[in-house]
Amino acid sequence: MKYVDEFRDGALAKNIAVNITREADPRRRYHLMEFCGGHTHAISRYGIADLLPANVRMIHGPGCPVCVLPAGRVENAIQLAQLPELILCCYGDLLRVPAGGGMSLLKAKARGADVRMVYSSGDAVKIAQENPQRQVVFFAIGFETTTPPTAVAIRQAQALNLKNFSVFCNHVLTPSAIAHILQSPEIRRLGVLALDGFIGPAHVSTVIGSRPYEYFAEEFQKPVVIAGFEPLDVMQAILMLVRQLNEGRAEVENEFSRAVTRDGNVKAQLLVAEVFELRRVFEWRGLGLVPYSALRIKAQYSAFDAEQRFDIPHISIADNKACECGAILRGVKRPQDCKLFGTVCTPDNPVGSCMVSSEGACAAHYSYGRFREAA
Amino acid sequence: MSKIKPGYARPLDFKHGRVDMTHGSGGRAMAQLIDELFVAAFDNEFLRQMNDQARFPAPQGRMVMSTDSHVVSPLFFPGGDIGCLSVHGTINDVAMSGARPLYLSASFILEEGFPLADLKRIVESMAQAARDAGVPIVTGDTKVVEQGKGDGVFITTTGIGVVPEGINISGERARPGDKILVSGMLGDHGVAVMSLRENLTFHTSIESDTAALHGLVAAMVAAVPDIHVLRDPTRGGLATTLNEIARQSAVGMILHEGKLPIREQVKAACEFLGLDPLYVANEGKLAAICAPEDADRLLQAMRAHPLGSDTAIVGEVIEDPHYFVQMETSFGGRRVVDWLTGEQLPRIC
Repeated sequence: MKYVDEFRDGALAKNIAVNITREADPRRRYHLMEFCGGHTHAISRYGIADLLPANVRMIHGPGCPVCVLPAGRVENAIQLAQLPELILCCYGDLLRVPAGGGMSLLKAKARGADVRMVYSSGDAVKIAQENPQRQVVFFAIGFETTTPPTAVAIRQAQALNLKNFSVFCNHVLTPSAIAHILQSPEIRRLGVLALDGFIGPAHVSTVIGSRPYEYFAEEFQKPVVIAGFEPLDVMQAILMLVRQLNEGRAEVENEFSRAVTRDGNVKAQLLVAEVFELRRVFEWRGLGLVPYSALRIKAQYSAFDAEQRFDIPHISIADNKACECGAILRGVKRPQDCKLFGTVCTPDNPVGSCMVSSEGACAAHYSYGRFREAA
Repeated sequence: MSKIKPGYARPLDFKHGRVDMTHGSGGRAMAQLIDELFVAAFDNEFLRQMNDQARFPAPQGRMVMSTDSHVVSPLFFPGGDIGCLSVHGTINDVAMSGARPLYLSASFILEEGFPLADLKRIVESMAQAARDAGVPIVTGDTKVVEQGKGDGVFITTTGIGVVPEGINISGERARPGDKILVSGMLGDHGVAVMSLRENLTFHTSIESDTAALHGLVAAMVAAVPDIHVLRDPTRGGLATTLNEIARQSAVGMILHEGKLPIREQVKAACEFLGLDPLYVANEGKLAAICAPEDADRLLQAMRAHPLGSDTAIVGEVIEDPHYFVQMETSFGGRRVVDWLTGEQLPRIC
């Protein structure tokens, strides 16, 4: 098993597709949200929509860390990067996210800021070791998957007694975002947004386990199937959701059992709990202020907290008025419903954040699926 | 009897020496570098004229000319280095018109402090590549910039060639119904270079595919004179190259994912780096487009050549007012294969 082609087998996919079509009740519709950008990407890249019957519709959720980061936080990072002698490290996708005034970290870099793309938080620590006379800030973003590595970096920096390393923490939590979507007025007012079930996160669930979703299934009576990011995983999860809905069940099922357990990675969870604590409230692009939905660095590690060290202000930047990222992130609109989509907003010149990351609903649709509207 | 003793110059120290500012100053040090390194390595009758320009006989017919700057980092990578790459790159750009490449020029921008040993290795690799290809480097230039203002070596090569009578290969000639061929395994160069990136180092047996393709092109043109389009998918990979051609020819294309020749190791490396092999650079591959009735003959001719043994027909040209390059995925769906957005990797050629 090499895990490159095994879960992309076309013949198996057809089998599952036949089962979905046979079992999906033609008298009803199935509105399924894939929460994660990883699933959105797989659905677009492998053309999964082509394999589904017309009454099974996938709704792209907000699980793209770059997409939900509010422009104000990007602006904070740009301002940090412009401080003399400071090195700002971040993951590659972040470089192109537009903040206010068309600025981005990539453009700040072209104007002389020292912005470096890293593949892991450990690289940022290494850069700090190599540049003892300069401040190094790691611009940390992401869901539960990227949080443990940030915790490791902070612990490493402490062990190395680094005085020039800090983290600008923007880590967010999946369960609170799902709860927020389910409690939104659009879901509650019938008919605005039908949402029948969820494909649960893959990598996030390896860390947090399947247990946290049990509450949604029970409280909101929505089935959740945790699935891997390979296209066969997604197909199988769709079939499992169709079956649950047909049978009137609302349970948490685990399709990704080769990596996810009920309790998740307890060691990683303890590490995160050691370094981080809940924020009372955090702004999400598209979702607005979501209570208890993000993490901040605990007081005992405040020496490594960039927000403390640099006194980072709260900045709020409104999205472009015509930009539908908010509605798209909540699943209320589709990328092609936005006036800017494919006209002024493209992956090369993104206006909204959903067009930046390849996991964003707009970028995925633009890059892989836009021939469907053109036809 | 007195014989004027030539001024003694200590030979360049190719073991421990370094490039300094005098090597670009136009004075004696520069002349010495040219003599002992460049002329010695590239040696040919045109260079030996020692003029500021090369004089050579021009054949009859349509000439082509192409230029390419090389800034690859790292300078040495599995399967090659900036030297042979700079020769292959320009020969290939000339050859993609169906032309026979004739002459090359080479222009160096050296950074002060660069080890002469490395420079020698690079220049000898260029010389070897030019000799193997049978395309002499007939003129050149050297400049030195201060430390910190370059990145070791940048090399610009220019090539000229002549297109045989009756050959008309051009990016706007793809027609609906045409077949799309690629000459071998995709993505090797990009993955080989990537494996050495400082924050990315991973072990791989993949080597760069850097190679001069004019011999393959000559065999192709002999078998099928009416090849419509040829292009080497370097930066941006096959996806970007096909999008360029689709726009130039005002057509669409359909690729079949299962037919694309890609090594398992390249697939695996791309998988864990989050890259798509269709966007990864090649330096010894070409894409060809020809009429459907010529496709099999072209396929056979290419497979018969050592640089085309893995050639495959990977798709067709279709009518499409939007000029989309689409792919039928092995999974059974369909998607757009778009232009590369941003950059997948910095400085791979």
